[in-house]
Amino acid sequence: MPRVTVDGVEIEVPQGATVLQACELAGKEIPRFCYHERLSIAGNCRMCLVEVAPGPPKPQASCALPAAEGQTIRTDTPMVKKAREGVMEFLLINHPLDCPICDQGGECDLQDQAIAYGRGHSRFEENKRAVDDKYFGPIVKTAMTRCIQCTRCARFADEVAGTPEIGMLYRGEDAQITTYLEKAFHSELAGNLVDLCPVGALLSKPYSFEARPWELRKVPGIDVMDAVGTNIRMDVRQRQVMRILPRINDAVNEEWAHDKTRHHVDALVRGRLDRPWVREKGKLREASWSEALDVFAKQFKKAGKKVAAIAGDLLDAETMYAAKALLAGAGSKLLEGRQTGLDYDVTSLAAVRFNTPLAELENADVVLLVGSNPRWEAPLANTRVRKAVRRGAKVFAIGPDVDLTYKVEWLGNDLSLIGKLPKAAADAIKAAKKPVMIVGPGALGAGALGAALAASGAFMRDGWNGFNVLHIAAARMASLMLGYAQKGGIADIEKAKPELVILLGADEAAADRFKGAYKVYVGHHGDAGAANADLVLPGAAYAEKHGTYVNIEGRVQRGERAAFAPGDAREDWTIFRALSDLIGKPLPFDRFDQLRAAMIAEVPELGHEGIIDMPWAPPKLDAKASGPVAYPLKDFYLTNAICRASPTMRRCSEELVQGREYLEAAE
Amino acid sequence: MTGITSLTDKDRIFTNLYGFQGADLKSSQARGDWDNTAGLMKIGQDEIIEVVKASGLRGRGGAGFPTGMKWSFMPKAPTAGRPNFLVINADESEPGSCKDREILRHDPHKLVEGALIAGFAMRARAGYIYVRGEFIVETEALRKAVAEAYDAGLLGKNAAGSGYDFDLFVHRGAGAYICGEETAMLESLEGKKGLPRLKPPFPAGAGLYGCPTTVNNVESIAVVPTILRRGAAWFASFGREKNEGTKLFQISGHVNCPCVVEEAMSIPFRELIDKHAGGIRGGWDNLLAVIPGGSSVPLVPAEQIMDAPMDFDGLKDLGSGLGTAAVIVMDKSTDIVRAISRISYFYKHESCGQCTPCREGTGWMWRTMERLREGDAQVSTIDKLYDVTKQIEGHTICALGDAAAWPIQGLIKHFRPELERRIAERQGDVREAAE
Repeated sequence: MPRVTVDGVEIEVPQGATVLQACELAGKEIPRFCYHERLSIAGNCRMCLVEVAPGPPKPQASCALPAAEGQTIRTDTPMVKKAREGVMEFLLINHPLDCPICDQGGECDLQDQAIAYGRGHSRFEENKRAVDDKYFGPIVKTAMTRCIQCTRCARFADEVAGTPEIGMLYRGEDAQITTYLEKAFHSELAGNLVDLCPVGALLSKPYSFEARPWELRKVPGIDVMDAVGTNIRMDVRQRQVMRILPRINDAVNEEWAHDKTRHHVDALVRGRLDRPWVREKGKLREASWSEALDVFAKQFKKAGKKVAAIAGDLLDAETMYAAKALLAGAGSKLLEGRQTGLDYDVTSLAAVRFNTPLAELENADVVLLVGSNPRWEAPLANTRVRKAVRRGAKVFAIGPDVDLTYKVEWLGNDLSLIGKLPKAAADAIKAAKKPVMIVGPGALGAGALGAALAASGAFMRDGWNGFNVLHIAAARMASLMLGYAQKGGIADIEKAKPELVILLGADEAAADRFKGAYKVYVGHHGDAGAANADLVLPGAAYAEKHGTYVNIEGRVQRGERAAFAPGDAREDWTIFRALSDLIGKPLPFDRFDQLRAAMIAEVPELGHEGIIDMPWAPPKLDAKASGPVAYPLKDFYLTNAICRASPTMRRCSEELVQGREYLEAAE
Repeated sequence: MTGITSLTDKDRIFTNLYGFQGADLKSSQARGDWDNTAGLMKIGQDEIIEVVKASGLRGRGGAGFPTGMKWSFMPKAPTAGRPNFLVINADESEPGSCKDREILRHDPHKLVEGALIAGFAMRARAGYIYVRGEFIVETEALRKAVAEAYDAGLLGKNAAGSGYDFDLFVHRGAGAYICGEETAMLESLEGKKGLPRLKPPFPAGAGLYGCPTTVNNVESIAVVPTILRRGAAWFASFGREKNEGTKLFQISGHVNCPCVVEEAMSIPFRELIDKHAGGIRGGWDNLLAVIPGGSSVPLVPAEQIMDAPMDFDGLKDLGSGLGTAAVIVMDKSTDIVRAISRISYFYKHESCGQCTPCREGTGWMWRTMERLREGDAQVSTIDKLYDVTKQIEGHTICALGDAAAWPIQGLIKHFRPELERRIAERQGDVREAAE
């Protein structure tokens, strides 16, 4: 632990810390552009210069200099001030200073630091440089004249995203950042470039000229596009969520979010169900709430005990609990959340969750993927695996060959391999200190959970559980905790021949299920579920309600309401509460906090944020598995009702998945 | 100057500098190269380093860092997984500099033999010679020499019968000046874009492919065998203290006979020019200024340079530097502002664009220089330009920022009246309208 003196204050810094980190520990702000905690050190912006003794009599780039015992660091000398002013002047001479028309205005590092460390006037009398804009794909808009060549984007693409398609062309003052051959940046993490860019060179294309940062209310939320539970911040103007950015949470998403998380946001105001609909003579017609609820109540009473509820992938725990309570009033336990027909055993939740904490995943030394394409199923788990690979981990995989952005040894597409791994893989797992198995939804669908559990012993170490199941539905873990699981899956529900089926935002179930039953769709988007229903009741999307979510790790997290549901749409639980009055069995909660309290009373684990303690007691299941697996996600950008309604996501799908070329109109 | 005598033919190291004899192995051996190389190496690795230290040899690439000391930074016990490497910088791109070219063309075996001995001394597994991309004939000559050496068993396994295994590779650059910077050269050798690395870590700790590496200039390596043959004391007998040895001077510009010549260090400028370059064009009174060490060092005005010793410390005292000893002589017909502006353009063109001060500053300096050339500026512009050079100097990753700043600083220091004259002249031409 070296001791250094920063501006006269002696502090102790961790081994391996840089001078910049030492200054920050001492409470000194060091301006920087190229330095980023989660990227490699470039040291090229020269903004973080400080004076260090002993050392050469010139300012040193603090981001790249290791802090050493006995160093005296000064951040407040005239030399440092002059150096910062000088670098700032150089950065600004060729910067267009078009802040009033720049989307970065108000949240621009260059703007902020120019105020804090700049001179306030320009001595530059020559013409400024102009740079042609580059094509970065459907997510990132460019204004390359504003670029200050910090290379954060190129480093992110190389190191985190694993799609090294960004680099610098030419040299000297002609240097330009571009994508490879000016093709779209093929990454599901492209939106992070916009956050990383310290100036307005890389901007969000869908968010172009939409809002100014100071107009926005910032509401913390939890992402539902996958089951990782990315912590997000919803930026809201009036009634509309304008954009979604990640919040920093090192245990979950670090500071990244994938493009589906960020850019499905335009669908929150598109394709919405904003009034009730009743099917009459085969066609849906608009109805008032009172009429719709009367129909609902009539059908509900008629069905008696034969009521079922199917939970969708995007639901919060409270909604599922309210529906469960409604069905309990009718004496029914016909609850299921696995719409696509999965029927894996759920007697032990630990056997179907991601037991390795996500933050620990990057320390794994051997990874075995079983029927999983984490790049699409959980991009932010994939970045962790990639990190592990960069640290030397080996990855073996069973399943169809796909590009996961790192080197994978594909063992073949046959589940029988689980029980008899090739010697190289088996030996590597045996020798590993932190081995990890990730069982993906493809393997679950092919009935390989038992085989995977049987092989899980090889992934256990003292204080290390390397058995992980990767789900793709944000609602999955909470739905299992709330009992939305039949032994035989959704087929059991069908066998019970329910007369009324409540589809809670369930759009993925096959359309021919529940023939003859009266189908009530409670949800927010006019997707497959609504089209198939006899009664459509408009609910709230995740951004429009408070909610509790449990991610793959079993981590309880809570999101807040950012806006109100459009039109006549209501928060889902209030619909059930209103219905319960009409059928004469009022639910025991009138306010949201009462609902949450009731839920916690029944499932106490949902009451504490953080990872739920689940004892490891895997059930003995049929350990036989064979045959090929198929990954369930056919298109990363179109996996649920919200993103299917999003023009941005459709564009991404067409361009990045289907490979269609888009020509941009000249401005 | 006392005690500095000009070099006699018997003390020249580069005896085929002008290519009057063949460059092949046989001709080289006739000149004494590869003579009992194994015997030279027999004294031991650390002993060779001691001899080089004792000879006072300072790096011939420009910075003048003591070569023996540089070698001594290399790990003494490299492992198979992390070997030591020697990289020889033959990316001679400094405007005015043309000494390595002559060595590569006419005396490549001095370099190849030096590489083996130096590589042995620093326990390098292999050496890489990075040759400037434009050097086509030179690369051919060098490749031929290396091939000859391999064929004769002088390189490779049991090189020259010494019992030491050493491989030597020739790599051609693609013509970027910045790849002459040692860490940019390592990047380029690794197949990446030639961007200088941050230091620390220094190449001796983590260089080529992350392994300990020493980067030396061609001349520094090529003189080593002769130093070992004739003794450190012989080499140290030339030049002043701490500036010992012989040196290839490259005299260009307004002299009667531009040439490359090997001379003793610390030779007075006047003697160097009169003896080898046939004097200044138009006589000594016609001398305006000299850039004594290649384009990146500040110029020195005539009256200061005439009797100055041509060595590291002597020129440092004049506010300039020996650099690569590329002496650019300018007589009074020179448009000195235009000359320095052209140098500024060169640095603008060759800046790698990695770090801010150099990327943005070199273009700014060049454009300001162009305006000063025509006097299209204010007197305050000169001070602004000086301030800009100071904002670049010492603030960059590599020394290119310094190299771009120094010539302009030298110009302002010594020729400010000329700059002001141009401004005044131009302002006199332009009549302001009465308001």
